[in-house]
Amino acid sequence: MLASCHARSQQRGHVRGCTSLPDDAEEMIYLDNAATSWPKPPEVLKAMADVLELAGGNPGRSGHRLSVAAAREVYNAREDIAHFFNVADPLRVILTANATHAINIALKGLLKPGDHVVTSSIEHNAVMRPLRSLEKQGVRLSIVPCAADGSLDVRDVVKVMNSRTRLVAITHASNVLGTILPVAEVASVAHEAGALLLADAAQTAGTIPIDMPAMGIDFLAFTGHKELQGPPGIGGLAIGENVDVSQIEPLMRGGTGSRSESEEQPDDLPDKFESGTLNLVGIAGLHAGIQWVRNRGIDTIRAHLKELTLALINGLSELPGIKVYGPLDTNSTVAVVSFSVQHKRVSEVGLKLDEEYGILCRVGLHCAPAAHKTMGSFPEGTVRLAPGVFTTMDDISTTIGAIEQVIHS
Amino acid sequence: MTRYGVVLFYTNSSVMRTEKLLMKAGYSIKLIPTPREFSSDCGMALRFDWADYEQVKLILDTAHLEIGAIHQM
Repeated sequence: MLASCHARSQQRGHVRGCTSLPDDAEEMIYLDNAATSWPKPPEVLKAMADVLELAGGNPGRSGHRLSVAAAREVYNAREDIAHFFNVADPLRVILTANATHAINIALKGLLKPGDHVVTSSIEHNAVMRPLRSLEKQGVRLSIVPCAADGSLDVRDVVKVMNSRTRLVAITHASNVLGTILPVAEVASVAHEAGALLLADAAQTAGTIPIDMPAMGIDFLAFTGHKELQGPPGIGGLAIGENVDVSQIEPLMRGGTGSRSESEEQPDDLPDKFESGTLNLVGIAGLHAGIQWVRNRGIDTIRAHLKELTLALINGLSELPGIKVYGPLDTNSTVAVVSFSVQHKRVSEVGLKLDEEYGILCRVGLHCAPAAHKTMGSFPEGTVRLAPGVFTTMDDISTTIGAIEQVIHS
Repeated sequence: MTRYGVVLFYTNSSVMRTEKLLMKAGYSIKLIPTPREFSSDCGMALRFDWADYEQVKLILDTAHLEIGAIHQM
């Protein structure tokens, strides 16, 4: 049956579907992997096309073979994601649209007026905006200052903890500086005070091993489209064993394909937090991405990215009039390098790199005004270079050469 | 004529979990639309050979799988 479905599609012939492709296919160097990784492994593209073509029913809504096949893919993906983060129960992996969605489920579901929540001063707006909104509703917020290089002193977290502290929500690594925060140590501090820990792993999942129970992470928000090599539109919230989910209100309510006789939202996991048809194509892509990362080896990936990052830091540091931000130590950062150029707007540098050298990066504030205030680059922002698994050392040399020319232009 | 049993579930994830377990154990099973006479719920149910009832029940109980009910068809 599946074979004949496939044959039918072959008869339709290959068509070019997207009408918004870039006009030119000239050589480019993609250094915006902290925004979204590109290109994707061919296995990811194949998995996404296959699932839509061959298993394209609504996962778990009906009892026919295409719905069942889709439900199997969703469940298998959930199991692999759980295994990847060492979560014992795959039903505690909530599939979301992205990390922001996951963070909102945890923050808005858990925190009530009168609760106290702690975060850092280098957070992305994915954490900061929901917290600022909750603050207006009566949740008390403490922002622990980081040093200019993004590093966080755990003793400063201890100082702000109190008996009302319900949650410490921090990024695992800064999307602007790359700085890795000491999540496990902060989790210990949180737990000693009777609070939970949320880690925003948007920049780390897929490049740094994450063992949720070992690190004491109670909520892990991750996205599929960065170093997990999946497509945009899929992410998740993994919930630790010690979290009482009955205390968390769902962000959305609706159809789940379960307990359909009831007009009330079910308490079962993951259904409580997964209303509406799931992003099957995204889930299959994320699933294939995680398998790709596992096959490549997260240590191999990390070593490669460290090498590229070190070359970037060293190359940039030798250029006149350039300020490189962050700890400048690849053991304490992910593959993100932010810099500014004396007497040049970051937007001008970014435009020149794209138009004249085919080097793609992101300039400005990177949705993280707090981080830029902490590092002293607000409101101008920085140029951010973020190599990925497919970046080569040649790409880095070419980039350094191009930046040198841009400085002198 | 083969007599079947049907396992009903509350969630799709439980169906998937149970299917994997019973398939691994080598039982002849099939996921089917939930028979309306047993439930008003939409979605999937798991059909098995009634001859395997005792063993299937034991596996489900041992694995602490959350199931709704088991009916004979």
